[in-house]
Amino acid sequence: MDWHRKHLLGLEDLSPEEIVSILDTAESFKDISIRPIKKAPALRGKTVATLFYEPSTRTRTSFELAAKRLSADTLNVTIAASSVVKGESLKDTVRNLEALKIDCMIVRHECSGVPHLISRYLEASVVNAGDGSHEHPTQALVDLFTIRQKRGSLTGLKATIVGDILHSRVARSNIFGMLRMGMKVHLVGPQTLIPRGVERLGVTVSNSLDDAIPQSDVLMFLRIQSERQKKNLFPSLREYSELFGMTRGRLQKAKSDVLIMHPGPINRGVELASEVADSPRSVILDQVTNGLAVRMAVLFLVAGGGREG
Amino acid sequence: MSTLLIKNGRVIDPSQKIDEVLDLLIEKGVIQKIAKNIQADSLPTLDAKGLVVAPGFIDIHVHLREPGFEHKETILTGMKSAAKGGFTAVCCMPNTQPAIDEPGTVGFVLAKAREGNLIRVYPIGAATMAREGKVMTEIGQLKKAGVVAISDDGAPIADAYMMRRVMEYANMFGLKVIDHCEDKALSQEGVMNEGYASTSCGLKGIPSISEEVMVARDILISQYTGAPLHLAHVSTAGSVELIRWAKKSGISVTAETAPHYFVISDEEITPYRTEFKMNPPLGTRKDVEAIREGLKDGAIDVIATDHAPHQEVEKEVEFDVAPFGILGLETSVGLGLHHLVHAGVLTLSQWIEKMSVKPAQILNLPGGKLSVGSIGDVTILDLEKEWKVGEELFESKSKNSPFYGRELKGKAVATVVAGRVVMRDGKIEEP
Repeated sequence: MDWHRKHLLGLEDLSPEEIVSILDTAESFKDISIRPIKKAPALRGKTVATLFYEPSTRTRTSFELAAKRLSADTLNVTIAASSVVKGESLKDTVRNLEALKIDCMIVRHECSGVPHLISRYLEASVVNAGDGSHEHPTQALVDLFTIRQKRGSLTGLKATIVGDILHSRVARSNIFGMLRMGMKVHLVGPQTLIPRGVERLGVTVSNSLDDAIPQSDVLMFLRIQSERQKKNLFPSLREYSELFGMTRGRLQKAKSDVLIMHPGPINRGVELASEVADSPRSVILDQVTNGLAVRMAVLFLVAGGGREG
Repeated sequence: MSTLLIKNGRVIDPSQKIDEVLDLLIEKGVIQKIAKNIQADSLPTLDAKGLVVAPGFIDIHVHLREPGFEHKETILTGMKSAAKGGFTAVCCMPNTQPAIDEPGTVGFVLAKAREGNLIRVYPIGAATMAREGKVMTEIGQLKKAGVVAISDDGAPIADAYMMRRVMEYANMFGLKVIDHCEDKALSQEGVMNEGYASTSCGLKGIPSISEEVMVARDILISQYTGAPLHLAHVSTAGSVELIRWAKKSGISVTAETAPHYFVISDEEITPYRTEFKMNPPLGTRKDVEAIREGLKDGAIDVIATDHAPHQEVEKEVEFDVAPFGILGLETSVGLGLHHLVHAGVLTLSQWIEKMSVKPAQILNLPGGKLSVGSIGDVTILDLEKEWKVGEELFESKSKNSPFYGRELKGKAVATVVAGRVVMRDGKIEEP
């Protein structure tokens, strides 16, 4: 197994072999969830803390359940007000937690780079559960796992990521991960939500969903936040969904085996019409299910036997 | 008001095109004689053999933090930092608490500087009360109290009408307005230069146009009103191009840049290290090249540091939350000699011009030359000295430098103010 890292901060600097290690490990953990006794002893005696500075239900519960299935003790810390509003400093918070002898800290924060900052202060392993507009590595690993599961292999597949690329950590992690695994990545969205210089990452960009659909093996839609409208990044959700929403009509133009993905939660009728979200082409619920196995794999590799062995 | 004989140094004064080995005699704080082999055995003597003797360096853009932020820097620690870095004078920005927006605060700063008695400190007065961009300060009173220029610095005047009136009004007193060019409507919540680097690390970008549209606006106001303008810490290729056009068109514009803008680009930032966070942000490689080009062809007149001390606890936070600004006084000479002079971008004389001659001329300050009758302020340089940033502690109260560990060639080895040695071999000599 090709894994020697203490932290998982992002996919940007992972090698294809490391990504494959995670996906293969996840494969081996998939069965645990369908056994009558859904537990493995891999992290028994270890303490895993989730430290969330941003509200999140699915990512946090997915990590918590993953840790529990591996027999770790878990601790959930949710901090509503970050130091942006003058609370305790981040450094003090994590040092205090570490004083409780935490083995692995799963961190989500609204500011990019926080997991990197924390990893400099701690002995514990740090797993990035989403930092600002930077990375959300486990979500992208889930997406790669799901695509590989459905299509057998990743190399050569063409993914189109649609929507608010500018603010999306899911997009960045997928761009890094997909390119690393030999996929092609195309970005579609309003020009106001395409970050400057993104082509240099190795992707193509356009503003037309209709042009991209027929050539895509994977269509990944990102959640659009209504706050972006207030900043005049697009004029209305109506116009947004007309230009960038996946409708039944658009689905008919897609390849017959296209995979429709969304990291959730979906704005039904905006990014995806309900008929699309619930269609056989949608793998959105597979993404959720696979989330557990992938997160078990990540925790096992960074905090468990994987690295020591 | 001291007496000092500096012997055998290579005296360089770009303002008089002097570059030869000479002795320099300062008496009662004033230069009395510059000649070969001045004989005066009984006088205090500094042997500058193998060293360069330059007119005292003047940093026209520093933040001394006092009053209000004495935990970051005080006027005294700022003066020590300047002396250590080879500066004989600094101009301090008014973003203190309270702001330097009325004569009493100017007097306070000058009194503190007198008390510290190391280098010269020239306050810059705020353009508007509390730097809020709403009510013009009593610029006439500020001038009388001793300010040498007018600026709202980090809180640039957004309203073009206000900017026009401040420039016209300040010009009556022979004061230049210094503008930190940033259109905050464009820079928004940005924390680093917008481009490939900000995109790949997911940090909010500041577009280069946020500086450039204000540079363009200010240049046009200067052209229309005839009031002179000085542009602070120019950082982008587009700004350099605009300044070139303005100078060619005869508009009364001068400009400074800071060492970090000719040394590091946004792609050399160690991700999320807040000691690389400053405003304006580090530009692209292309911007760095353009700044060097602008220094070379004269579009950029001055190197100033924008010395901006912050405590470690303030900087050891989320990148988004950390304050903008880095130290500058103690690394400027090394960075300039290493990356401009030794790298062949500027001649030694051109660089000294931007560190001393031009700053004095632009803000009408004493010094900036080594001629009989001018003040006895001298910076002595060892061009060949190799050193590592951080091997000696900074004199500044803060430590926020992105240059730790950098190996540089060239250093200021003595600072002389009015004939008194205030720094020798890195040690501050207190009065």
